[in-house]
Amino acid sequence: MTDAFDAEYLLAIRQDMLRFARLQLRDDAVAEDAVQEALAAALDGRKEFAGRAALKTWVFAILRNKIVDTIRERSRSVNVSALSAEEEEMDQTFDRLFKPNAHWQPDQGPAAWGDPEAALGQEQFWAVFEACLKHLPANTARVFMMREFLEFDTDEVCAELQISTSNCHVILHRARHGLRRCLEQTWFGNGAASC
Amino acid sequence: MLSCKEVTHLLSEGLDRKLTVVERVRLEMHLLICGGCSNCRKQMDFLRSACRRYVAKHTRDDDGAR
Repeated sequence: MTDAFDAEYLLAIRQDMLRFARLQLRDDAVAEDAVQEALAAALDGRKEFAGRAALKTWVFAILRNKIVDTIRERSRSVNVSALSAEEEEMDQTFDRLFKPNAHWQPDQGPAAWGDPEAALGQEQFWAVFEACLKHLPANTARVFMMREFLEFDTDEVCAELQISTSNCHVILHRARHGLRRCLEQTWFGNGAASC
Repeated sequence: MLSCKEVTHLLSEGLDRKLTVVERVRLEMHLLICGGCSNCRKQMDFLRSACRRYVAKHTRDDDGAR
């Protein structure tokens, strides 16, 4: 049997891990540490791990825990609820999409994206998607990615980051609309609809 | 009737918690007559599936080819 932990394969996985950790942690050095620790833990546990079949899935499960630990530690010193200038600007941009009666401005409503699922098969789309994620303010992105990438329940996200449920919803809404707008402007094009 | 802005919040929250029956009825009524918000719902659902796909693509051995 070949060793599942051959260096070349681990190096390839390491690149994916770094990319994933950087997106979520927004700090290259911190991401590097999380990846190193996850790889070390994976190597320590290699005896219990039988076969290469799901090595990547397994290593990423370890990385997920490391990322959560890092976010949890960070949330003790950083107030996730505090709004940055970027986040305030996002909220103002969002508000400008609406008329005073809170319905869409005639040319500002979300557009029809046709068959967006088709984009999922295109590498170029994923580059745009990553760029849009990186464009989100750091705290907003962390909450969003904890929910959507690490697949935590909203209650767990709120508890881990010590923010209220309603604030959690506000942050996730901000993230989703930021992403939605970014994808619309950079990939799916115009064709805005109001009511 | 719900405003479009309120609908955007319900659409997002619907991805994070179970909406109440009253919320769902009011939401569906609004979506029936509002093209912008209907597009918004499709986009929110698409974001969820794009995130799932991204994670599968980068973190699993099968490369998310599903």
